[in-house]
Amino acid sequence: MESMSVGLTHFLVLSSLLFSLGIYGILTRKNAVLVLMGVELVLNSANINFIAFSRFGNFGYDGQLMALFVIVLAAAEAAIALAIVLNIYKSFHNVNVDEIDKLKE
Amino acid sequence: MNDPLILYASLITLFLPVAGFALVTFSLGRIKKVFIGEISLMAVSLLSSVYILIDKLFLHPGVTSVFEFSWISFATGTGNQPINVKLGISVDSVTAILMFAVMLISFLVHLFSVEYMHGDKRFNRYFGYLGLFTFSMLGIVLTHNLLMMYIFWELVGLSSYLLIGFWFEKDSAADAAKKAFLVNRIGDIGMFLGILILFITYGTFTFSEIFAGIGSGKLPFDSEGWLTAAGILVFLGAVGKSAQFPLHVWLPDAMEGPTPVSALIHAATMVAAGVYLVIRIFVMLTADAMVFIAVIGALTAFISATIALTQNDIKKVLAYSTISQLGYMVMSLGVGAYAFAFFHLITHAFFKAGLFLGSGSVIHAMHHEQDIRNMGGLRKKMPVTYFSFLAYTLAICGIPLTSGFLSKDGILAGTYSFGLLTGHWLIPILGFSVVLLTAFYMFRLLFKTFHGKPADLHKYEHAHESPFLMAMPLVVLAVLSVFFWYGLNPASPDSAWFVSKWIDVPAKVVPESSNFSFMNTTATGGESLYNAEYTEAQHHAHFPTMIMSLLFDIIAIGLALLFYIYFKLNSRKLAAALPAVYNFSLRKWYFDEFYNGVIVKGTLLFSSVLYAFDKYIIDGIVNFSAYLTKLISRVSSAFDIIFVDGLVNFTAYINGFAGKHLRRIQTGKVQTYLVLVLFALLTLIILFKP
Repeated sequence: MESMSVGLTHFLVLSSLLFSLGIYGILTRKNAVLVLMGVELVLNSANINFIAFSRFGNFGYDGQLMALFVIVLAAAEAAIALAIVLNIYKSFHNVNVDEIDKLKE
Repeated sequence: MNDPLILYASLITLFLPVAGFALVTFSLGRIKKVFIGEISLMAVSLLSSVYILIDKLFLHPGVTSVFEFSWISFATGTGNQPINVKLGISVDSVTAILMFAVMLISFLVHLFSVEYMHGDKRFNRYFGYLGLFTFSMLGIVLTHNLLMMYIFWELVGLSSYLLIGFWFEKDSAADAAKKAFLVNRIGDIGMFLGILILFITYGTFTFSEIFAGIGSGKLPFDSEGWLTAAGILVFLGAVGKSAQFPLHVWLPDAMEGPTPVSALIHAATMVAAGVYLVIRIFVMLTADAMVFIAVIGALTAFISATIALTQNDIKKVLAYSTISQLGYMVMSLGVGAYAFAFFHLITHAFFKAGLFLGSGSVIHAMHHEQDIRNMGGLRKKMPVTYFSFLAYTLAICGIPLTSGFLSKDGILAGTYSFGLLTGHWLIPILGFSVVLLTAFYMFRLLFKTFHGKPADLHKYEHAHESPFLMAMPLVVLAVLSVFFWYGLNPASPDSAWFVSKWIDVPAKVVPESSNFSFMNTTATGGESLYNAEYTEAQHHAHFPTMIMSLLFDIIAIGLALLFYIYFKLNSRKLAAALPAVYNFSLRKWYFDEFYNGVIVKGTLLFSSVLYAFDKYIIDGIVNFSAYLTKLISRVSSAFDIIFVDGLVNFTAYINGFAGKHLRRIQTGKVQTYLVLVLFALLTLIILFKP
């Protein structure tokens, strides 16, 4: 029985699952904060991909660096997005995304 | 030899009367006695015409003064001479005499009117109209071309219209004015056509140039017939204005105007304009035209004399007698007695103006009674009027020692010799019978008015002699009806100054072939118009003429005496015995009825036919085309509404429909958009996967 080693495919499947969960969260959650959490999942699935390709691919440390960038960006994004959510709350008194449809006007 | 003084005097004479008209018109009733201005202007004008008369008759006899200027120049195409239309005046002895006569009578009528029209509410305007008339009449007399002649001709017609209808509150006066104007217009159309023929042929309106053109052998349309036609057409103007048969019907009706107007316009001057026109165109009349003119004149003289026999209105009798005398003049021109026609024109102007003013005096005294059956015995009440009236009556009958004897005998001698030479005996026969009729109806008028017993005592009691201003013109005119103003020998028409000295009979210019042989100028003479044959005939004609006309006069006056003074004969019984003849004369040969029935009714019928044509055919076409247009526009409107609008609305509907459904996508929710983006992305990936 071949020992079950963790390979590239596993990482990619994990990241795909994570990406899909993230997208699902983005599309289905009503709460804006939960939507942001979905976004974090998507970003992190991308990080897993970077790391996996950095480990199994022939790219050196570029992938790891990019992942670090993404983490930083995600932090910044979270800060700005939360500020936007706060502003939305100020304007609409709720953070339910499906009730905020001002864009159609 | 154009003496400028003559020009100035002519222009002064011509324009002062119209200045009076302007004065009266533009004072607009603000000046109370403005008519005095008009009368004084007339006096100056009269003096000026006396100067011309003296110059033309005694100082420079036989000289014709012509003053003209080029008014318009028409180009007639390259290479052709332009046509110059000249305006101007020409003054010769005929002009001078007629101008003087017009001015004198006009002046006397002005004076007479001051009393006669006293108290009329349009007193000043009346004098203005008289001034306008005098101006137009002098224009006719002075002009040297047909164009100005025609203009003044119409002006005379206008002022006659204004004066006949002066009392336009009366329907009869308004109708008479209209009738006079319209009947004159018929003649004027003929005159206009004649002028056009001459203008087309000779390219000028000037008399002398037209005559020179005819003399040089150029004929209208190269035909002597057309020359005859032109002469007759121009003569038609005279038929209208001088009230010749068959257009004489307006003159008796024109008596609706004030009596002095009748004296001035409808007896002495305006109606003489027609005769004057024929005098002016005399030299271009062919033999045929002259026979036509003579026959018209003779018929007019005869018809109106028979009508005058039975009329009871004093002015109507005089009106028909005027027509009759005008017929004499026209007849005289037709037979070639040129100088006598003009002679009679002048003598008639004086005594007929006198007769009308005399009748005006009577009417004034009788408080506007005009029916001679209600008069009688006025002799004692109005001696001045009576004796002057008697003088005029003798003159019009042609009794020796009067002016009328000289001129009338000349005319009759002319017709007699014409009958001898050409065999047209109808003309002298009618001419002589008119002598009989004239003497009878004039003495009937005189006797019924002034003799016998007064028929209306009340009016008779109030009758009185007219004041000085009315009596004076009567006396002046009566004195002018005596022979010695016209010639020293009262029994010899030929030695009257008009014939022997003052009037030169012009040589005819028509081709010899279309002239009477006896009127062709002898080649050597040049002085006298007629050759020896005609002169001889006239010479011989005088004596029998005189005897015959005197005989007729005596018979007629005797009959009148028997009828109306001694009552040996009863006119009523005679009328009752011959009702057809009597009514024929009383109803004026049924001319008015005939014209009413045939021409007026015919015109009305014709116009109602035209009206029906208009109403049914023209209006029908118009309405049908309107209906058609409406129909087409209905169709076009339906096409617009259904098809064009349908297309537009359909497009709008499609857009609306699409929009309505597509707007659902725009939920405004970020997540929906994201789903779409994702969907699109996935689609793209699937489509373009390697």
